[in-house]
Amino acid sequence: MKRKETMWAYVFIMVPLCTFILFTLYPVISAVITSFQKYKPLGAEWIGVQNYIKTFKNDLFYKALINTFVYSIITVPVSMLLAFAISIMILPFTRRIQTGFKAVFYLPAIASGVALSFVWKWIYDPLPGGLLNSILEVFHIPNQNWLGSSKTAMASLIIMAVFGGLGQNVIIYIAALLGIDSTYYEAADMDGATFMQKIRCIVWPLVKPTTVFLAITGVINGLQAFQNAYLMTGGGPDNATTMAGLLIFNRAFTYFEYGEACAQALILTAIIAVFAVFQFKINAADVEY
Amino acid sequence: MGLFKNYEGRYKYKRYLRNTCLAAVLLTLAVITLFPLYYMVISAFGPAVETGGGSYTLFPKKITLDSFRFFFSYSAYSLKWIWNSLVVAGITTVSNVVFASLAGYAFAKIRFPGCKFFFFLLLVAMMVPYQVTQVPLYILIANKMKLQNTYAALIAPGMVTCYNVFLAKQFFASLPTSIIESAKIDGCNQPRIVWKIVMPLSKTILSVMEITTFLGNWNTFFWPFLICNSESMQTIQVALKNFSFANTSYFSPMMAGATISALPMFILFFCLQKYFLEGVTVGAVKG
Repeated sequence: MKRKETMWAYVFIMVPLCTFILFTLYPVISAVITSFQKYKPLGAEWIGVQNYIKTFKNDLFYKALINTFVYSIITVPVSMLLAFAISIMILPFTRRIQTGFKAVFYLPAIASGVALSFVWKWIYDPLPGGLLNSILEVFHIPNQNWLGSSKTAMASLIIMAVFGGLGQNVIIYIAALLGIDSTYYEAADMDGATFMQKIRCIVWPLVKPTTVFLAITGVINGLQAFQNAYLMTGGGPDNATTMAGLLIFNRAFTYFEYGEACAQALILTAIIAVFAVFQFKINAADVEY
Repeated sequence: MGLFKNYEGRYKYKRYLRNTCLAAVLLTLAVITLFPLYYMVISAFGPAVETGGGSYTLFPKKITLDSFRFFFSYSAYSLKWIWNSLVVAGITTVSNVVFASLAGYAFAKIRFPGCKFFFFLLLVAMMVPYQVTQVPLYILIANKMKLQNTYAALIAPGMVTCYNVFLAKQFFASLPTSIIESAKIDGCNQPRIVWKIVMPLSKTILSVMEITTFLGNWNTFFWPFLICNSESMQTIQVALKNFSFANTSYFSPMMAGATISALPMFILFFCLQKYFLEGVTVGAVKG
């Protein structure tokens, strides 16, 4: 009986295990090996840590890392703060209206990112007739070359990312807010607490685990950002929007420097791993109040 | 009593005033959020001409279906793109639900040697960023397996994701073991337990899994873009790029394609909203 059960267990995990070995474990090991090689289709050449040295000497690599950090470190808090404010504002309404708003804010996440990136590209059209430019003209703000100027390109991508990720954050925050026991508020009312005091001393501490979760997953995703930069700016102008994901992609699939790409990817992984460890620790330790 | 003051009696007007103000702010934000989608749909009904920019209408004077027609006649494979997406997302979803359920059950309810170790591998695998695996995976599938431009290449890497196994395990663990024990005493074998007892009891979580997996695969761009370069094997998301050139683009037809690709998802979303929204919070909010 017991042996039979064990056998079934192995049968059940067989497919995920094989997928894991073939499409995750093998590629990771292969990436580590490739990062020490100069890749050629027929027999790679072992070149030691050359790829890493080259990467660390590459100014563009640092620029890409800084861009990636700037992108994540602005996008994540802004999107979260906005989502937090929206969630609070949704609270006094009835369940039905709440669901309606949740759906509305989540809708862009359902549409394909490719389609949306092309729409945003047109919103950011640099000509005076461009959508954003015509709106800003009303407020007498001069014409901007949104995606084409190194001053505004990153900001343009960030604005887009903030609204793209909003829905998810709103839904998660609302779920957390609805989980707060109303007795806390009642007690605060007895003590004559103001609205802002309730936010500061009850809501904010109680949703802190959610905030931390969103911040860390947001940063981990942000560090891997690729698609919008690739589709909208291609990393330009003057590499102002070249982020680590795009840099690695270009190394690999434009210049076919597989070894260097793997080395860069592993360095990025090490950075991401630091955040992942944080998340692991926080998930492991149940935060109680 | 809650976070917001509950004005009663004489002060009721204050509540209305407050809620109106909040609704106004929320609606403004909602309009900004929805604007790109509105623009996508409205542009799809514009004329099918090649444009270089600078021609925008928020409220088109003339609504035509030309761009939709243009989209389907643009390439011999226009319909195939949608079909490809459907095949890939459909098969991936089915295989994920089946294999993730089986593995999730094994991890949750069977104690076998190596159980903890394999589950730990799973957790680690979830953390590996795709940048690391992309190059070796591409070499493996394109150069070694010679699977470029096949459904197998599109489907295989996502056949069952570690996240879905994890999700299934977490949920199945909460099912009462006594039901499974009694089924075993009645002579029910393991596959039948999963099929007849565990899966019917987990319809919600499995629906959430189906929806998030389907949505994710339907909208995915990176891997199909990398592995399928022939026009006939592109998925719809990759194919949208065909309408854009260096300086100009067939914007309206592209948006027509985007609308067609988004429509099934929107319909699904409005029918199964509960599961979509659950899919966002599952694994995010504790308690």
